[in-house]
Amino acid sequence: MMLLFDKLQSLGHSALTSLQRLGRGHVFLMQVLPAMEGMLFRPGLLIRQMYSVGVLTMLIIVVAGLFVGMVMALQSYYALVDFGAEDSVSVMVVLSLLRELGPVVTALLFAGRAGSALTAEIGLMKATEQLSGMEMMAVNPIERVIAPRFLAGFLSMPLLAAIFSAVGVMGGYLVAVELLGLDAGAFWSQAISNVDLYHDLGNGMIKSAVFGFVVVWIAVFEGYDCVPTSDGLGKATTRTVVHSSLAVLGLDFVLTALMFSE
Amino acid sequence: MSTRTIEIMVGLFVAAGIAALFMLAMKVSNLSTYGGDEGYVISASFDNIGGLKVRSLVSASGVRVGQVVSIEYDSDGYEARVTMSIDPQYDKFPIDTAASIMTSGLLGEQYVGLQPGAEEEYLKVGSEIELTQSALVLEQIIGQFLYSKAEEE
Repeated sequence: MMLLFDKLQSLGHSALTSLQRLGRGHVFLMQVLPAMEGMLFRPGLLIRQMYSVGVLTMLIIVVAGLFVGMVMALQSYYALVDFGAEDSVSVMVVLSLLRELGPVVTALLFAGRAGSALTAEIGLMKATEQLSGMEMMAVNPIERVIAPRFLAGFLSMPLLAAIFSAVGVMGGYLVAVELLGLDAGAFWSQAISNVDLYHDLGNGMIKSAVFGFVVVWIAVFEGYDCVPTSDGLGKATTRTVVHSSLAVLGLDFVLTALMFSE
Repeated sequence: MSTRTIEIMVGLFVAAGIAALFMLAMKVSNLSTYGGDEGYVISASFDNIGGLKVRSLVSASGVRVGQVVSIEYDSDGYEARVTMSIDPQYDKFPIDTAASIMTSGLLGEQYVGLQPGAEEEYLKVGSEIELTQSALVLEQIIGQFLYSKAEEE
């Protein structure tokens, strides 16, 4: 009997802690969003963060995009050539890049490369009491440290996703036209006649903005909320990557169902 | 690293992002074929539209002249009512133009083909095409074939 109550208590405890964490996350977001206006007076802070969040992530995005596009082209060629429909390779590559792979893979890489770095950086600031130090000097750490990182991540994600898709399309072109010998004109014209500007490109960009918001929110919150020890910092970084990847995949399903159901 | 280098790198990053968006919009999406909303809308009724979908092509002599905007079932005439938006530069379809639903290739997508007639007057906003030909449904053709075979024997 006692054992049962113990189990129940631990279940209730963990449910309450996760609810609390969720609540803290939202309160935190409500503090960060108004602090954005500070950015207007100090654009330098934003630029510096755009560098560490966006520019440094670009390498992995370009390389991943290139290879994803090339592999997509190869695989869809093998599948479609049996039906004599190999001209549709470009449609397959472009549509899957714009709608799904661009936003999702970019968000996953972004969570791994930039999200974890953000968490570790902010968490270490907390552990070494730099954040408290700022407060002592009447500098609001949310305005000075969190808001620039948040905005930089949110702005970088759609740009990174666009770069990913564009490089992927070029990779697909390389394989389809240069390697497999498909017709270059058919490659582009098939894509143009089957891809819609708003429906495909626009929705993909909306997706990537949503993913960027969620990933960067989780990353800065985990850093700000972490237990200020080396162990807590490690756990917070792991949680950032795991939670933001899960959030991206789950949200992707919801967004796809909403956008492409017709 | 100096502030200048960082700012240059960020500038490059933003420029690359916007260039990528621009390239996607121009090269692989239908931005260039957007007549947008200015196209004029005409409609046609078909007995059977087969696999025609909203945003399917409307073509004349194989050239894209517009797209299907909506498809409804008209329960008064027991017919499918297809509304099409035709790009404004193609404003010279005679009123006796015929519309038929065709298939590109053996298994390809279905589209509406327009065959211009000979009248002097042209189709305008809200016109309805009277001469229509339904989609060929494979089951019906096979059915007819088997039926005629049975007749012969």
